[in-house]
Amino acid sequence: MVKYQQERLDASFAALSDATRRGVLEQLGRADASITDLAARFHMTLAGMMKHVGVLEQAELVRTEKVGRVRTCRLGGRRLDEEAAWLDRHRQVWAARFDELENVVEELKRKEKTDGRKKRE
Amino acid sequence: MDAKRESEPGAPNKATTVQRKSDRELVVTRTINGPPRIVFEAFAKPELFARWWIPKSFGLTLLSCEADVRVGGRYRLVIKPGGADPMEFFGRYLEVTPPSRLVWTNEEGGEPGAVTTVTFEDKSGKTLLVVHDLYPSKEALDAAIASGATSGMPETLEQLNELVTSLATP
Repeated sequence: MVKYQQERLDASFAALSDATRRGVLEQLGRADASITDLAARFHMTLAGMMKHVGVLEQAELVRTEKVGRVRTCRLGGRRLDEEAAWLDRHRQVWAARFDELENVVEELKRKEKTDGRKKRE
Repeated sequence: MDAKRESEPGAPNKATTVQRKSDRELVVTRTINGPPRIVFEAFAKPELFARWWIPKSFGLTLLSCEADVRVGGRYRLVIKPGGADPMEFFGRYLEVTPPSRLVWTNEEGGEPGAVTTVTFEDKSGKTLLVVHDLYPSKEALDAAIASGATSGMPETLEQLNELVTSLATP
């Protein structure tokens, strides 16, 4: 179970490591789009964009649906939340750590002021 | 949701950002309200470092913290999670350039670990801190993220499993 979850995380981080694919996700966050739309917006060939969308689809970040001759892409939803949750949790740890650091720095600043005053006296 | 509140405008100084910059890099930033000279000191003196590196709110106890902050010098942290065995974190310092730059290795785990570079940049009396972790491979960073180890916070696999499962449940 854990191994499966780790593989899924691998796939989504790999998918997110590319700037174009992050751009595509941002774009799809605003509105669904066809592969043709996306290719034009990112100045790419249709084949190039299909490859990127394929990677995102494999990572379950994007879902596609073919209606007639048009393949529409939309956000996969759940996976993105999972990724964001990982980074957000990591950020909370660092935020707490840095809050404690602020306290220590405040104390050192106060101490330095006092010591400085003593020296001048 | 503390983390969210911190990223709102109005408290820009408190914003902590985390970004996976590439396959192998994780970058954390924060502006600290004090000059680099003092912030660096809080990193470089073990007795000060021990006071903030393990935030009180995480239910962990720092059993010991030794650090010989010189080029080639070693550090060793022993952290005890509530109800679990103590864990060791250790490595050595590759660069010590007060008050602007500190580089250390993370050697626990047996395999080559990440190299952490901390830069301290003066922003009119405040310090922009950038903590940059460079992993030896994409797989190493993926694994670290999947195990929760990037935070330096030990976590059992059960807890991880619980977390992932709860996240995966719509």
